[in-house]
Amino acid sequence: MAIWCADLALDRWRHSEGCPRGEGADAAPLALITETAHGPRIDAANPMARKAGATSGMMLADARTLCPAMEVRPSDPAGDLAFLERLALWAMRWGPWSAIDAPDGLLVDVTAVAHLFGGERRLLDDVAARCTARGLAVRAAIAPTAGAAWALAHFAAAGAILSPDDDMQSRLADLPVAALRLDNDVLLVLRRLGLKRLGDLAGIEEGRDRTGSGRDAIQRRFRNRKSPAANPLIRMDQLLGRVPEPLLPVVPVTAPMVQRRLAEPIRHRALLDTVVTDLAADMARTLEAKGEGARRLQLGMWRVDGEVLVRELEMAAATRDPDHMCRLFAERLDDIDAGFGIEMLRLRAAWSQPLGLGQADLEAAAEQHGTSLAACMDRLTTRLGKGAVQRPVPRASHIPERAQGWQPPLEPEPAEQHQLAFHTRPLKLLDRPERISVLYAAPEGYPRRFSWRGQVCEVARVEGPERIAPEWWRERGSARLRDYYRVEDEAGRRYWIYRGGLATDGRGGMPDWYLQGLFA
Amino acid sequence: MDTSTLPKAGLAKAAELAGRAARNPRWQPDAPLPLHNEIFAPATQGVGAGAALAFARQALESGDTRSASAGTGSDAVLLEERSVLWVQDARAINLGGRPYRAGLPENLRHRLVHVAAKTPEDALFAMEEGLRCRDLAAVIGEVAGNPRALDFTASRRLTLTAEKHGIPLLLVRLDAQADLSSARMRWRLASAPSSPPRWNIAAPGRPAWHAELFRARAHPPGEWILRDEPERLAAESVTSPAPAAAPDHGDLVRGSGARSLAAL
Repeated sequence: MAIWCADLALDRWRHSEGCPRGEGADAAPLALITETAHGPRIDAANPMARKAGATSGMMLADARTLCPAMEVRPSDPAGDLAFLERLALWAMRWGPWSAIDAPDGLLVDVTAVAHLFGGERRLLDDVAARCTARGLAVRAAIAPTAGAAWALAHFAAAGAILSPDDDMQSRLADLPVAALRLDNDVLLVLRRLGLKRLGDLAGIEEGRDRTGSGRDAIQRRFRNRKSPAANPLIRMDQLLGRVPEPLLPVVPVTAPMVQRRLAEPIRHRALLDTVVTDLAADMARTLEAKGEGARRLQLGMWRVDGEVLVRELEMAAATRDPDHMCRLFAERLDDIDAGFGIEMLRLRAAWSQPLGLGQADLEAAAEQHGTSLAACMDRLTTRLGKGAVQRPVPRASHIPERAQGWQPPLEPEPAEQHQLAFHTRPLKLLDRPERISVLYAAPEGYPRRFSWRGQVCEVARVEGPERIAPEWWRERGSARLRDYYRVEDEAGRRYWIYRGGLATDGRGGMPDWYLQGLFA
Repeated sequence: MDTSTLPKAGLAKAAELAGRAARNPRWQPDAPLPLHNEIFAPATQGVGAGAALAFARQALESGDTRSASAGTGSDAVLLEERSVLWVQDARAINLGGRPYRAGLPENLRHRLVHVAAKTPEDALFAMEEGLRCRDLAAVIGEVAGNPRALDFTASRRLTLTAEKHGIPLLLVRLDAQADLSSARMRWRLASAPSSPPRWNIAAPGRPAWHAELFRARAHPPGEWILRDEPERLAAESVTSPAPAAAPDHGDLVRGSGARSLAAL
């Protein structure tokens, strides 16, 4: 099904101004313009302006000569595209997936869907009614291929339906060649060749004696046009379904999905929880039938006023336990603004992984044996955030603080270059090295007495220096080397301290001392 | 008196308790580790975490926590592979830093899961969730100071969860007063001079701690020098210079703190 928002920019402008079609500011000639290198150009004109002679693509100065009273407003193509994207999400109420057809159209896959709405005719009526309620002027059409649906939506009477049993070629023969979604220069070529309708093109293709010799002629004319939008033959084949036309859906397709349409919009949390529980149970059944478990779940909530709220959830391991899903979603639903109510909910498993069937975990067993590691990590991550639960992993660097990275707890460890065994490292590392003041330094270079956080340490034993040079391929040339010492004071406190630089390295003044780690 | 009228099981239990109280063995490094321990340590030293790891290792190697009942070899292997959860609150991270992988014991490096909780409440939540998880070998917590959230109720909650699921909890309290708690063993630790290593006597050696056990359910209080040897935890007893000379009764609150109500 193709939906064409014939007046998208103006409809958005009317919505933002709050004036109905043909009243208020819309009753006078008005145009939306873009500034170009040659002066302002009209992007869209309202019915009054069109009646006065202004068309889209015209220079504003030309239009002003025809209609001096014309008002102008700046157009907003980026906003239109963003709106179209949201509209495509919203249009998924009529089918499992939808694609944006820039700049002002949508494509919705309604294969085997129409009976849910009581037939294709009533499906189109529903589309028209819902879009009109949102103040959008649309024309929709249903056809076996996306190209044919697009052509019908743009150039046929409103609400055209082409069923697979019809003879597509004859039904589409009367449409202009612009219905092939071609570039303007190609349209110009075709017009100069005298090909105005699809029927003309199809006639040439078949040839005078129906041998197909005409196809070769067109093929030669457009032989170096590879892109579909520049080659009428490819477009024609796509239109008739002879070659496939891949489309990019706004959300990927094959994910398991369950949904609930509600008779009465809900506004309260308790009801929402009930519906989410139902959805989770449905989802568990769907996943079980496919032998999969969900890693990422998306809960979409369609509000009465056309907004779609989406909450996502990601899990450490594949699961299809409905209670677990509900518990995790419960934390995410606290900040939902239901507005005038939510009329439809949909739960999708955007990322699922194979998960074998297992014996059901009996309640008593779960109580006795506790939760699994993956469930525990999920609970921690949901409450504390993703960055809070992590596992230290080695990284390829010899600078101490850079030699350790953090990653999510259940991911496999990266390959590791072995640390040298004689490097003694502290048990804990401060987040940033803290400066210590050296009160008395030994002639060998290390401090005999230093103070840190207000306590004075008399160094009794020391090992070092372990010299760690800066990573010249990563740091600036002025980075200083570090001389690390393991020290123990008279009370037995063991620290890892370093001197940042040498006095004679010419990269700053006297080096400072820092304390970086605590030994056990 | 006709003892046959008394309930036998209850009698046996009472007798066992009486026997234990009579023996009241001094703590040994290979004594079974209770499931909820508190270690008080200064925040400027790494002793708390080091000792917690040493205790946990000791407990896991003697395998006395949970797999003792099953007691099969495969269980011990599983225990070797289970993760250890290390929970810190933000203040503890600020004061004492984060765990550093290269400095951890060799067999723990690949199975540590670290939780950086913002508040003590979150840290308590994370510890409790960790104790509920059957795939963890031990939970180590580090909480700085005496936060309001960590009161007797919270401590009791942790004890009950740990004992229900059989996962040992080692809670390190940095720079904290010994307030009310239901921990089964409470230690006060500070660092002690290490024994000189074999090859370079001028260098710091393997860690040693001065440990004071000031409250335990099964043992009388005492003081030890603990040494973290490669294979085991060694303890040598310290005789306090004057044990009964100056019991400080100036601080009355401390008297109730050192006594654990739940342990009675």
